[in-house]
Amino acid sequence: MNKDIQYAVKASIPIFIGYIPAAMAFGILSKGAGISLLECFLFSAMVFAGASQFIALNLLLTGMGPGGVILTTLLVNFRHFLMSASLASRVDDITRRFHFLFAFGVTDEVFSVLSFKEGKLSKSLILILQFSAYSAWVSGTIVGYVLGGFMPEALTNSMGIALYALLLAILLPEMKKSTKSLILAISAGVLNTILIKLDVLPNGWSIIICIITIALVGAFIVPSEKKEEAYG
Amino acid sequence: MDNVILTIIGMTVVTYLPRLIPFLVMANKKVPARVDAFLKCIPVAAIGALIIPAIFNSTPDKPIAGIAGITFTLVFGLWKGGIIVPVLGSVAVTYLVFMI
Repeated sequence: MNKDIQYAVKASIPIFIGYIPAAMAFGILSKGAGISLLECFLFSAMVFAGASQFIALNLLLTGMGPGGVILTTLLVNFRHFLMSASLASRVDDITRRFHFLFAFGVTDEVFSVLSFKEGKLSKSLILILQFSAYSAWVSGTIVGYVLGGFMPEALTNSMGIALYALLLAILLPEMKKSTKSLILAISAGVLNTILIKLDVLPNGWSIIICIITIALVGAFIVPSEKKEEAYG
Repeated sequence: MDNVILTIIGMTVVTYLPRLIPFLVMANKKVPARVDAFLKCIPVAAIGALIIPAIFNSTPDKPIAGIAGITFTLVFGLWKGGIIVPVLGSVAVTYLVFMI
């Protein structure tokens, strides 16, 4: 089997495992919010962006109109602009038509796995990862909506941790390898925690400010050990 | 058109465009070294910024459960590495602490 495909299949399993419970939680909450099964499906199938879907549900419940929800979504998901920018420079021999497909699946988790894959990103690697993420997200949503009532609440709550555990497990080898990465990751996390606690910025802005500030510091102030090769 | 459908369509557009534009603008182009250094720092900054605040909020009913789960991932990940055991183990630990 092709090495890239092997890597992709292996990396897809934890994404799948992390997405199913999170998507089920979204399905369960949608049903509780009085949204139809079709609408719930369209949320996951068209928007395909976890955190913003949960926020949108809450806002719809408070009676906010489409304009407010859409604007909030733009802010919450704008971090993907930075993630796409970081990935775009690494897929140079892929046709334009493929970019439209690739861009649709740039989620936090897919981005994280691709970020620490060394070397160029192949089409099969990207497609396998995104397909498993997407199918887990959409099918989990429907299963949650239909079967949600039968799951114990403590279990659904616990399954939500899988996404963060996944991100941490992806990040750890990088932080072990490079002190610079360790410092940048922790600073970004502390800064974002402080900004969220201060609660002066609209939802979604704090993480964008964190990413830009810390990446600027990383690029201009903190010297890198050896060659800038660590991230691929 | 119904409000929810209108909201979904709008959300789709504002989520997809920021994901797409960098590909259209930047792919197949050489970026200056400084910009490249900035882009390479984005992954660690983004993942760090996503994880740390979430640890304290992921299980709002019982924060200690989520913290225990993530601690398992941290310890096991540093010790043995891998992805599947740290992920599934964190769910199991979180659930156990919930049940106590």
